[in-house]
Amino acid sequence: MVHQYKNNGYNIVMDICSGAIHVVDDVVYDVISLFEENSLDAIRQQLAYDEKEIDEAYQEVLELKEQGLLFTDDIYEDYIKEVKERKTVVKALCLHIAHDCNLACRYCFAEEGEYKGDRALMSAEVGRAALDFLVENSGNRHNLEVDFFGGEPTMNFGVVKEVVEYGRTLEKKYDKHFRFTFTTNGILLNDEMMEFANQEMDNVVLSVDGRKEVNDYMRPTRNGKSSYDIIMPKFIRFAESRGQQKYYVRGTFTRKNLDFSNDVIHLADLGFEQISMEPVVGLPEEPYAIREEDLPQIFEEYDRLAREIIKRKKEGRGFNFFHFMIDLTGGPCVAKRLSGCGSGTEYLAVTPWGDLYPCHQFVGEEKFLMGNVFDGIKRPDIADEFRQCNVYTKKKCRECFARFYCSGGCAANSYKFHGVIDDAYDLSCEMERKRVECAIMIQAALAQEGE
Amino acid sequence: MKRVKTLTGNKTYAECTSSTVGNQTCENNK
Repeated sequence: MVHQYKNNGYNIVMDICSGAIHVVDDVVYDVISLFEENSLDAIRQQLAYDEKEIDEAYQEVLELKEQGLLFTDDIYEDYIKEVKERKTVVKALCLHIAHDCNLACRYCFAEEGEYKGDRALMSAEVGRAALDFLVENSGNRHNLEVDFFGGEPTMNFGVVKEVVEYGRTLEKKYDKHFRFTFTTNGILLNDEMMEFANQEMDNVVLSVDGRKEVNDYMRPTRNGKSSYDIIMPKFIRFAESRGQQKYYVRGTFTRKNLDFSNDVIHLADLGFEQISMEPVVGLPEEPYAIREEDLPQIFEEYDRLAREIIKRKKEGRGFNFFHFMIDLTGGPCVAKRLSGCGSGTEYLAVTPWGDLYPCHQFVGEEKFLMGNVFDGIKRPDIADEFRQCNVYTKKKCRECFARFYCSGGCAANSYKFHGVIDDAYDLSCEMERKRVECAIMIQAALAQEGE
Repeated sequence: MKRVKTLTGNKTYAECTSSTVGNQTCENNK
């Protein structure tokens, strides 16, 4: 399978099943589009270029094909089946340290942090039991990830510290290393928390939607006041204190700010160098939900953002945009690319009272309750269902050019829109394909700059 | 080749949890 597109003056050809990516001239671009269905004579007749140019381009295309860099076959369907049948271990937990929040974000999937239930804080006892469960179920795996999530984790920060301290005592005993991360809306964030995070947290996610008016419309406090003025000075200081590394400012864009590139640029202008901005996932009846008719504008925004990133990198003031980060000469192995995020098998979420779910977005959906941290997994059939998910079991993914980059999308989004975990949320797919195209174009532009 | 620049060099597909798994790098590659 080959995918061709033009962006920002670059002709880009992706050979999907080998991972090879080529930047080509106009003649090669047009020859490739005709190559599989036509003889050289037929191509000569259909293209208006000089015959010598066409022959030269044709030879280069032939050479790429012979090198296994173009028109390669998909040889991974059976391989990934075998990979997915292997025994998995639990690698990561998302600890819902607080089912409570001090913001009232309009788009919150956790419904003000309460996940369709009552407000609750995780006890240190449950937190410690969760780490014990992780150690017991992680096999020989050395590195383990624990994300403190909510609700708002800073509303229960004492327990965060106790759990981290307990984790450090387990490391030597069991030859494990915990990588702790946490997400915060910043309202209660203080110097002591920042200092603790800088010592103990491998990554922190700072939630803010960009420009003040955009952020404050979607992320008001519980009494309807601005959150931007409270959090932004602290976030700027926090990012600086981490040396502009190992953090993200992470926002959500909605139908209310389809000009979201301005929000990303606003964050960059404030000095943030690690930025993520994701499309909201909302049901169609929600006024902020993204609709199909919004896609052309969203695509233009991604193009604009890509051009701005190239410009700033050339000027020596670049920043990382999470969805445009792509590693063309390394990156994960094909087994990882095709098997997805590990939800339900390698990655589980823990509620404040210790229940286990396939991931944070399934919490509160009782049919996905898998067990608890004290008694272990009681519903291995749920894990088996998630284990079966990969890009080849999803009809939409099998023919998608982005499948080696996206890994089949989010099971929770699939469930939200289609009632099953092995489908895909179509609007998200469209945006992911666009982001992959932009990310590769940026690499093409930077490679040209380096020549 | 004068008409083609391959961004991926000769790299093709032929211990790592992650809307993009491509952002994560396997520990074997670190």
